[in-house]
Amino acid sequence: MIRRFFRFLLLAALIAAGFAFWMTRAVPLDEDALAGVEGNTENGQYVFTAAGCASCHAAPDAKGDDKLVLAGGQKFPSDFGTFIAPNISPDPTEGIGDWTAAQFASAVTQGVSPEGQHYYPAFPYGAYAKMEKQDLADLWAYMKTLPASDTASQPHDVGFPFNIRRALGGWKLLFMDDNWVLKNAPSEQVTRGRYLVETLAHCGECHTPRNMLGGMDTTRWLAGAPNPSGKGRTPGIAPGGFKWTEGEITYYLETGFTPDFDSVGGHMVAVVDNMAELTEGDRQAIAAYLKSVPEQPSE
Amino acid sequence: MKNIVTATVIAGVLAGSAALAQNDGSAQVKARQGQMRVIALNLGVLGGMAQGKIDYDAEAAQNAADSLAGVAMIHQPTLWIEGTSNADREGTKALPAIWEDNADFMTKWDAFVTAANDMQSVAGTGKDALGPAMGGLGDACKACHEKYQQSDD
Repeated sequence: MIRRFFRFLLLAALIAAGFAFWMTRAVPLDEDALAGVEGNTENGQYVFTAAGCASCHAAPDAKGDDKLVLAGGQKFPSDFGTFIAPNISPDPTEGIGDWTAAQFASAVTQGVSPEGQHYYPAFPYGAYAKMEKQDLADLWAYMKTLPASDTASQPHDVGFPFNIRRALGGWKLLFMDDNWVLKNAPSEQVTRGRYLVETLAHCGECHTPRNMLGGMDTTRWLAGAPNPSGKGRTPGIAPGGFKWTEGEITYYLETGFTPDFDSVGGHMVAVVDNMAELTEGDRQAIAAYLKSVPEQPSE
Repeated sequence: MKNIVTATVIAGVLAGSAALAQNDGSAQVKARQGQMRVIALNLGVLGGMAQGKIDYDAEAAQNAADSLAGVAMIHQPTLWIEGTSNADREGTKALPAIWEDNADFMTKWDAFVTAANDMQSVAGTGKDALGPAMGGLGDACKACHEKYQQSDD
């Protein structure tokens, strides 16, 4: 009787493990995910800038045109270890030059590599997941025009248990969400701003606090958060604690000057450099969106 | 009488060492932050005019630009002494990287000097000149704050 019970328990455990294994597998998009979508390099460049690809994937301290050589190497310390941005230049061996469009789309929107592995969410695929197909195709077309670099990608410096990539499948189940954080956008302008903030510019990745497992606490959307590197804070940018006017936000995103003419600093400098390249209308849309999200208390 | 002299000398020595003990870099930190505020205040005038929030006034613009150029003349190594990073003390956002690559840090300051002088030469010539000159100043501010200031903004 007892033996039968244990046999049952073992079977149940095996089924649960099998189910968990199946649920946490990396699922790429179908090979025809971007079939029939013609890529436009001009819009691709705009998407590339708004999404800030070069800010993390250019070599450390790259300036000017060197920012378009996506050799990788920048380090991102966190509670889970140090992530090192990989080479995503069009080099066929060290970069992503031999990828298909569908593999690129899987990487960017699903966090799944061509080898069928999960990427760490230091790569903000959770935000990019809502990227429009046309923008993806355009981005892919543009990135193929960039200079190749044969610099090898470095392995992440991540210890046990976070080095078990399979576990990231569980992370995705828990924290990736197909819904917009701001469910109802009150105007076309805010709808555009929502796409820019929640998807392309992935502002929430730093400005929203995370739980112990590194999942974003969307009930505190854009409320501000500790800097993952351990020192300093990323400020809140939701109404309530954050009082700038739409005009002040727009001016800051263009010039880097705060309302009292302090200057932008840290990684946000790279963000402002990108936002300054967008249209004035898009900067205004971002400001309008930031005024539409739920209030958060100042901390 | 002799006792009074001895007491005075001892008091003097004690006061002197107390003054030395207070030389912990706080004067330098205050001076750094003061010059940054003078910069911000005057950028506010020029930026406000560039945006049209303040009516353009050639004299006021020139005064603001002269003040920036004045700050640009301050000898910076006097203010950025070793042992005054945010790893050494409270109340500063100056990163240790300033002293790890001091030559680069000073290059960043030189970029501000150039931008401030550019602004000084055009501020009085009309509103349209302010925008581009503000752009140059903003680039100089950003380049330094990106690497050398603990970011919380």
